[in-house]
Amino acid sequence: MKIAVCVKRVPDSETRVKIAPDGRSLDEAGVKFILNPYDEFAVEEALRRRETAGAGEVVVISLGPPQAQETIRTALAMGADRGVLLQTERIPLDGLEVARLLAAELRDGGYDLILFGKMAIDDYNHQVGPMVAELLDLPCVTGVSRLEIAGGTGTAEREVEGAVEVMEFPLPAVLTADKGLNEPRYPALKGIMAAKKKPLEVKPVSPGAGGLEPVAMTLPPERQAGRIVGEGPAAVPELVRLLREEAKVL
Amino acid sequence: MSDVLAVLEQRDGALRKVSHEVVTGARRLADGLGGAVEALAIGAGAVAGADALGRFGADRVVTLVHPALGRYAPEAYARAVAERAAAGGYGALVFAASATGKDLAPRVAARLGVALAQDVTDVAVEAGVVAVVRPVYAGKALLTLRVTSRPAVVSLRPNVFTPVERPRAAAAATAALGGDAGRVAVREIRAAPAGALDVAEAPIVVSGGRGLKEPANFRLLEELARAFGGRAAVGASRAVVDAGWRPHADQVGQTGKTVSPTLYIAVGISGAIQHLAGMRTSKVIVAINRDKDAPIFKVADYGIVGDLFEIVPRLTEEIKKLQSA
Repeated sequence: MKIAVCVKRVPDSETRVKIAPDGRSLDEAGVKFILNPYDEFAVEEALRRRETAGAGEVVVISLGPPQAQETIRTALAMGADRGVLLQTERIPLDGLEVARLLAAELRDGGYDLILFGKMAIDDYNHQVGPMVAELLDLPCVTGVSRLEIAGGTGTAEREVEGAVEVMEFPLPAVLTADKGLNEPRYPALKGIMAAKKKPLEVKPVSPGAGGLEPVAMTLPPERQAGRIVGEGPAAVPELVRLLREEAKVL
Repeated sequence: MSDVLAVLEQRDGALRKVSHEVVTGARRLADGLGGAVEALAIGAGAVAGADALGRFGADRVVTLVHPALGRYAPEAYARAVAERAAAGGYGALVFAASATGKDLAPRVAARLGVALAQDVTDVAVEAGVVAVVRPVYAGKALLTLRVTSRPAVVSLRPNVFTPVERPRAAAAATAALGGDAGRVAVREIRAAPAGALDVAEAPIVVSGGRGLKEPANFRLLEELARAFGGRAAVGASRAVVDAGWRPHADQVGQTGKTVSPTLYIAVGISGAIQHLAGMRTSKVIVAINRDKDAPIFKVADYGIVGDLFEIVPRLTEEIKKLQSA
C-alpha cells in the first residue's frame, strides 16, 4: 500500500500570539513550531496501514519554508519512509493555491491513500484535503475518527453535530483525520537517528496569489475582567441572580 | 449588482436551525452587493421549514430533489451546488461552517476555482468587495480578509450570526436533480442519544477538567446540563480527553472544538491558553475552581472559588428551581 501524508508546520498550541510589524501576520520570533497535531493522526494511520499490509511506502509531503524540513523529519522519525518539501517562504492564505501545488505533486504518485489532518491549528482553514480530492477527482471523506479498509473499499466514521456518519468509499481516496482515529506514537531515539538518513527531496514552488487578501491581523478584544461572586456553595444563589438579572442569560 | 446563494442544510428532511443563520448572513451580503438572496436546499423531497425562509430575508427558495439525496452525498451535493453557482453568476455563496458545510464548501470552491473563507465570524461588503473576519490560532487572533475571487465563497461559524427577521415574500421553486449520488455514500447515521446536543451548537456548555478528579464525577456536570432542560451540552478540557475520561467530540480548545455558547460554565478547569482559545468568544463565562489564581478567572465574567463537589450540586438545584418556577 502506497500512502501519502500531507503535513504542515504550525505554531505550538501554547503559543501566545503577537502581531508582526506588518499588522497582517504572526510575529514568529520566539515561537515554537510543531507538526500539526491533526497531521500526527494521519501519519500514525499511514504507518499502521503499512504495517498491517506488511509492505508499502509512506511518503510525507509538506508545503512550507525550509524549516518545514524539521516537521517532515518528525514524521520520518515516527516511521515514514521519505519526505518531499514543496519549498516556499510564503504559505498562501488561499487554501486552493496550496491544494493546487500538492495535487500537482500527488497526481502521478500512484497513491492508494492520501491522508491529511482535518485542519491545521494555525489558520483553521479546514479545506486543503477536500480541495486536493476535487482537483484529483478522488473520493474523499473528511474528519475521519474511525477507519476500516477491506479490499478496495473503505468505511470511515465522521462526526457531525449530534451524530456519526458512516461513509463508504472506493480506493484510491483522500481522507482527513480527526482526533480519536488513533493514538500517535512518539518518535523513539532509534527512529530519530534513522530519520536523519531518510531521503528528503526539496522542490522549490511558486504559489499563486490566490483570492484572499489580508487586510489586518488583530488581537481579539480582551474580555472585561470578571468578578468573583463569592466562595463556596453559599455564593450560588447570587451567581444565579446575576446570570438572570445582569447577564440575562437564564 | 449580484445575487447571493445561501446553501441550506437539512437532516431527515427538516431544515437545520443553522440555515437561518446562513440566510441572515447571505441577506447582509446581498444588501451590500445590491442583489437578491436565493436559498438552496437539496433533499429527497420537500424540506420542512424551507418555505418559511422569507422571514429571514430569502427572496427565492429553490429545492433540488433527487430520490438518493435525502442524506448528504458529498460528490453529488458539490456538483449540484457548483453547477447552480456557475450558471447563476452569483456574487457570493454562503455555507454554514458545520461539519457538513466545512466538507461541502471546499469542494464547491475547488470546482469553481475560487478561494474559500472558511468559518468566518463577520461578513461585510466594502466598495463592492466581500470582506470577512476569520479567527485564526483558535481565536487568539482575528484575520480580516478581502475575498477577491468571484463568487466570494464563505462559511459562517455556527451560533455567531444571530438570525434577523427581514420578512419578504419568498418565491418557492422545486426542480429535479439528475445524475448519481457519487462514489462516497453515507451508509448509516448513528444519532447521539436522544436530546444530546453537540458542544459546538449548544446554547449552554458545561465543561469539566482535571478538577473533577475522576471520570465518574462528570455525572455532576451531566445533571447540571440536564437541569437546563435540553439546552446544554457537556464539554471537556484537553487533559481529560487525552486521559480517556471523555470522548474527543466533547473537547473544547485549540485541538478540539471552538465554541461560542450564550453561557459557558467551566468547572475544575484551570484555563490553559489552548482551552481559553476555544471558548473565549462565549457570551457569558462562569468559572468554578478552587484555585482563586487559576487563569480561567481572568476570562470569566463570574467566578466562584471553592469545592466544585459542593458548588455544582447546589447550582443544579438552583437551576432546577428556576426551570420549574
